[in-house]
Amino acid sequence: MIRPEADTLLEIVDLQARVEDKPILKGVNLTIKAGEIHAVMGRNGSGKSTLSKVLAGHPAYTVTGGSVRYRGADLLDLEPEQRARLGLFLGFQYPVEIPGVSNLEFLRVSTNARRMEKGEEELDTFAFEDLVRERLQVVQMDPAFLERSVNEGFSGGEKKRNEILQMALLDPLVAILDETDSGLDIDALRIVAGGVNHLASPDNATLLITHYQRLLDVITPDYVHVMAGGRILRTGGKELALELEDRGYDWVDQELAVLEVA
Amino acid sequence: MSSSTSVGDLVSQPYKYGFVTDIETDKIDKGLSEDVVRLISSKKGEPQFLLDFRLRAYQQWLRMEEPNWAAVGHPVIDYQEMIYYAAPRQQEKKASLDEVDPKLLETFDKLGIPLSEQKRLSNVAVDAVFDSVSIATTYREKLAEHGVIFCSISEAVKDHPELIERYLGTVVPSKDNFFAALNSAVFSDGSFVFIPKGVDCPMELSTYFRINSGDTGQFERTLIVAEEGASVSYLEGCTAPMFDTNQLHAAVVELVALDDASIKYSTVQNWYAGDENGVGGIYNFVTKRGHCRGDRSHISWTQVETGSAITWKYPSCVLQGAHSVGEFYSVALTNNRQQADTGTKMIHVGPHTRSTIVSKGISAGHSSNSYRGLVQIGPKARGARNYSQCDSMLIGDQAAANTYPYIRSQQPEASVEHEASTCRISADQLFYLQSRGIGFEEAVSMMVSGFCRDVFNQLPMEFAAEADKLLALKLEGSVG
Repeated sequence: MIRPEADTLLEIVDLQARVEDKPILKGVNLTIKAGEIHAVMGRNGSGKSTLSKVLAGHPAYTVTGGSVRYRGADLLDLEPEQRARLGLFLGFQYPVEIPGVSNLEFLRVSTNARRMEKGEEELDTFAFEDLVRERLQVVQMDPAFLERSVNEGFSGGEKKRNEILQMALLDPLVAILDETDSGLDIDALRIVAGGVNHLASPDNATLLITHYQRLLDVITPDYVHVMAGGRILRTGGKELALELEDRGYDWVDQELAVLEVA
Repeated sequence: MSSSTSVGDLVSQPYKYGFVTDIETDKIDKGLSEDVVRLISSKKGEPQFLLDFRLRAYQQWLRMEEPNWAAVGHPVIDYQEMIYYAAPRQQEKKASLDEVDPKLLETFDKLGIPLSEQKRLSNVAVDAVFDSVSIATTYREKLAEHGVIFCSISEAVKDHPELIERYLGTVVPSKDNFFAALNSAVFSDGSFVFIPKGVDCPMELSTYFRINSGDTGQFERTLIVAEEGASVSYLEGCTAPMFDTNQLHAAVVELVALDDASIKYSTVQNWYAGDENGVGGIYNFVTKRGHCRGDRSHISWTQVETGSAITWKYPSCVLQGAHSVGEFYSVALTNNRQQADTGTKMIHVGPHTRSTIVSKGISAGHSSNSYRGLVQIGPKARGARNYSQCDSMLIGDQAAANTYPYIRSQQPEASVEHEASTCRISADQLFYLQSRGIGFEEAVSMMVSGFCRDVFNQLPMEFAAEADKLLALKLEGSVG
């Protein structure tokens, strides 16, 4: 939903970042307003996953230039946990397994961290169980997964549902979903996408990072950005995604080559 | 990102029990000789049998060599440079707490072990040991109503010499090993527990060991006897001030369980561990052994080892009675330059004996953490069963974890299972938790408590949460 008068949630200006000594992001510009759904597409290695990790504050990436403002504050100055508490959410492409840590307890601690930041009361075990059981519906997840260790032994689809469950509990303002569609069969994709659509509202925004059109068949983006060589090369509406689907990424490579020579 | 969120910083939290209490002590000159052994015995007014026990142990010790097989290293200990007897200058153990030196009470208050009537822990009887001398034991009268004896071993020697003579040294003979022999010759004090036939001890018993002086060796002796059908749960806690020298702590603990008796012995050890460069700290060289003497008896060791510069201990069970059960649940955490070589021995002697070993080692900093365990099945242990699980967790990339399981079976009808695993807290796991709003330190502590859950579940309720907190505190600043 594009509304010119909506609040700006995220403003990325000329963002540059490297991992170890390798520059990956070479000047990303992107502004996201409340109510919008953005999709960033690109080949492997184009920097789109790096963008999501840098925004969430992964310690392996070093920002070397540019700025990111999140609701007016300097996002890059915040620890990852502060970013999360303030409503920035990253849905991981490969959610890690954390043996020994109960999924339910993990969800409760993180939900409370976010609630406290919002000035809401902390939920005790019982109140939280009620909330989590209600939110499980969003992703049609079996409550048995609450009793297990975080992501341990979950299938690819279950891990992704667990990510969207976390999103449903944390109620983010900006949700970045990194390749949430990868590894999902068509039914799981529908459930996950249904959850994302359900959670989208005029007050929050979603940034989908994806390879394929198929996610965008079920979640309609307001903007599509094509990333290559650590930059956003082109921005358009949802038809840009269809163009990519038709023509492939070769033309992107050609444009990039021209750009890099210049 | 600020550097404060590195696992490397998480373990170097200042030790909060490092204060010294300024109190007058009665010390003898340093050094060890037969005269010193006699002097200790006479200062304590001991009966002849105990003096003989000490002298015999001293002679055995003279002929023994310090063991060097453990995976730990330390400078040579000069046993003549140590003081073997130090006691707060307070002649008799006071009948009433009002007469105990307020400085001592204050010390225990500061350690979170209030002894005074109004503040003491409900439903936990505490024996407070200061520099190897017991200064107060709470709830004695209430326990006495049930026939339970809980007092310092020195008092037991005076009041119940027949029990001491019958049981002392029967589980850990003085010649068992170098440090056991040394302890047997010079032991100062410790706790004595006796649960008579058929009695289920009505409250948790606990001894709190506090080392105060800097140049004194600590040689506690603990003896717990549960008669037929009796049961008891006992917990020991330990702290010490920070000195830049090392103090030797060579305790001996003996447990005896007769038919159908059950003893649960838990330890939360938080001796001073030395600084981040490995200067100072306690050498914790301890012999702990339980004897399941009777049929269907049960001995369970649970330990949470977080302190000491060097830990060298193997709480063990000799499973002699038919159908007796031995258990060992351990969390050992090492950080900075700490070294731990710890584990257990399960000696299956009787038929249908069972044992369970669950060991969780956590190594951070530049520390080294070894599990060493022996499961021995004797020829008469028909149908004996053992299950062992040894897991190691590495924090950072400078720490070491080793597992040395020894299995010896002379019984074809026995079953022995051993499982082992090693894991590392990865940056990606931490980032995942952080990206859900969980602070870095809480994230580490969640993962560590998750790893230790099987063991914490075995601790008495009052102490499980404490152990969890202690671990989190010890790990502050260690992940990087």
